[in-house]
Amino acid sequence: MSNLSSSVGIVTPQHADFSTPLPLNSGHVLASYRLTFETYGTLNAARSNGILICHALSGHHHVAGRYSADDKAAGWWDNMVGPGKPIDTNRFFVVGVNNLGGCHGSSGPSSIDPDCGQPWGSRFPVVTVPDWVTAQARLADRLGIDRWAAVIGGSLGGMQALQWSIDYPDRIAHALVIASAPKLSAQNIAFNDVARQAIITDPDFLGGDFYAHGTIPRRGLRLARMLGHITYLSDDGMGEKFGRMLRSGEYQFGYDVEFEIESYLRYQGDKFSDYFDANTYLLMTKALDYFDPAKDYGGDLVAALKKATASFLVASFTSDWRFSPERSRETVKALIAAGKRVCYGEIESVHGHDAFLMTDQPYVDLMQAYLDRVAEEVNA
Amino acid sequence: MTTLTTLRPDLQLIADWVAPASRVLDLGCGEGELLAWLQQHKQVKGYGVDFDVNNVVRCVKAGVNAIQGDLEAGLAEFEDQRFEHVVLSQTIQAMQHTEEILLEMLRVGREAIVTFPNFGYWQNRWQILQGHMPVSETIPYQWYNTPNIHWCMLGDFESLCAKNHIRVLERVVMDQGKRVSFLPNLRGSLAFYRVGRG
Repeated sequence: MSNLSSSVGIVTPQHADFSTPLPLNSGHVLASYRLTFETYGTLNAARSNGILICHALSGHHHVAGRYSADDKAAGWWDNMVGPGKPIDTNRFFVVGVNNLGGCHGSSGPSSIDPDCGQPWGSRFPVVTVPDWVTAQARLADRLGIDRWAAVIGGSLGGMQALQWSIDYPDRIAHALVIASAPKLSAQNIAFNDVARQAIITDPDFLGGDFYAHGTIPRRGLRLARMLGHITYLSDDGMGEKFGRMLRSGEYQFGYDVEFEIESYLRYQGDKFSDYFDANTYLLMTKALDYFDPAKDYGGDLVAALKKATASFLVASFTSDWRFSPERSRETVKALIAAGKRVCYGEIESVHGHDAFLMTDQPYVDLMQAYLDRVAEEVNA
Repeated sequence: MTTLTTLRPDLQLIADWVAPASRVLDLGCGEGELLAWLQQHKQVKGYGVDFDVNNVVRCVKAGVNAIQGDLEAGLAEFEDQRFEHVVLSQTIQAMQHTEEILLEMLRVGREAIVTFPNFGYWQNRWQILQGHMPVSETIPYQWYNTPNIHWCMLGDFESLCAKNHIRVLERVVMDQGKRVSFLPNLRGSLAFYRVGRG
C-alpha cells in the first residue's frame, strides 16, 4: 500500500493572467481573465509528466498540501496526491486549477470586472465544461505542456477529463473519469434547480449583485449545500454514521436541532455559506446541467468519442446514487463501441458520491495500478 | 509490465485459436494473463471482463483493459459483432445463465471459445461409483462449497449448441496438459470448443 501520510508540504497558489479573448459557448466573450492554480512536483525535461486535476462543484485549485505549517486543512485531494501516493508527485508534475467562474482566485462573479472596477456579479457570463477545458488548455500552453500524461477528475471534474479527450485528442494521453456521467439525468437537473431556487429566492441575493450591498444570500446557499450534501451521501452511509441519534437523548417536541443528522447538515451548510460564493454555485450547477458532449453529434456519444486517442479509466461507486454506476457504464459502453482503450472499476463503497474523495482500498489500488501504467508510458 | 513467455497449457490452446491482430473479449478474465500474452505475442486488441475489482486491478497492472462486470447480467456494454473471438474459460459450469451467456457471446462476437471441466472424465465417474461427488485437479471443490452448478459432458454441450443452431467448429479435449483423442469423453478432463454461427 502506498504511504498515505506523506504530503507535498507547504504550497503557494499562482496566477496566470490571459488577455487573449476567450469566446464562450454562450456566445459571450471574456476579454481577459485570470486563472489561479497550484503545481506540485517537477515537470520533466520531455514535459511528458504533467497531470491536470479538474475540480468538482465546490472544489478549487488547492488540491494538495497546506498553506502554512499550522494550516488545519490540507488540499481537497491530499489523500490521493503527494509523494508516494497514487498521483505521485515524485513522478508527476501535478496541476490544480480553479475554473473560470470560481470563487477561489480565478475570474468569476465575485472577482473584479476590470472594465468597471466592481465585482462581476450577475454580469459574469455562464460558462460550460468545454469553456473550462479551453481555458485549461491555454494554461497548459503557458506551462509548456503540449500533452498531459493524464487529466483526472471526479464528478464534474470527470466531465472535464472526458471533454478534454474529445476537444484536444492530441493533448491528453489518459483520461480518468471518476464517479461521473456523460450527461445529467432529469433527477440531477432537478436537484440542481432546487439548489438554485434556494439561492435565487433568498432576499439577500439581490439578483446576483449582492456584493455592493454588503449582503450574502446565506440562507439560500446553506439550503443548497444541505440538499447537495444529502445527495452526496448514501442512505446506508448516513444511517451508519448518524442513524436516529439524538443530541440530547430525548425528543424535544420542537423545531430546533434534535437529530445528529440535522446538526451535521446545518453545520455543513453554515460552513459552506461562510466561504463559497452564491453566484459561483449557480454557475457550477449550470455547467453540470449543460454538459452533454454527445449533443453536437446528434446525441450519439460514440460519435463524439470517435476522434479521442486517449486511454481511459472509468470508476464508479456502488452506493453513489447522484452519479450511479449505471451512468459510468454508459460512458464505458460508448468508449468500447468507439474502440477505445478503457478500464472500468465499480468500487464497493458506503460513501455514496463522496467516495471519490475517500480511500476505499480497491479504489486506491485501482488508481495506483492505473497511474503506474501512465508513469511507465510517459517515462515519468 | 512483465513480459510473459509461457502460458498455462489450457490458455495456450485458446491462444493458438486466436487469429493475430484480432479483437478479443475474455470473459471471466481473472488476472488477465491470456490477454496480456495475446497482446504481446499476437497484437490482439481486446477487453477482459471480471466480477472482482481486485482482478481488474491485476489486469491494469498487466496492461490489460479490464471492465468490471457481472456476466450473469449479460454483455450489454458490448455491441453486436464487435469481436472476432469471445472467450469463456472454465466458467460456464459456474454460471446461472448458461444458455444466455452462450447466445450473448455469439451476439457480440463471431466465434466463441468455451472451455469447461468434462464431467464425464473417468476419474469423476469412478468417484461417483464409489459414492462421492468428484473432487479433482479440474474440480477442486467439495459439493457444499463448489461454485459449479451446471455440470455437463461433451455431448451435453454439443446438444446445447445444436439446440441453438450453433456450429462446433473445433473441439479439443485435454488431460494433464496433453491432448486426448481416443475416448475423449472418458479420458479428457478439460474440454475446449470453438463455436460459431457460420
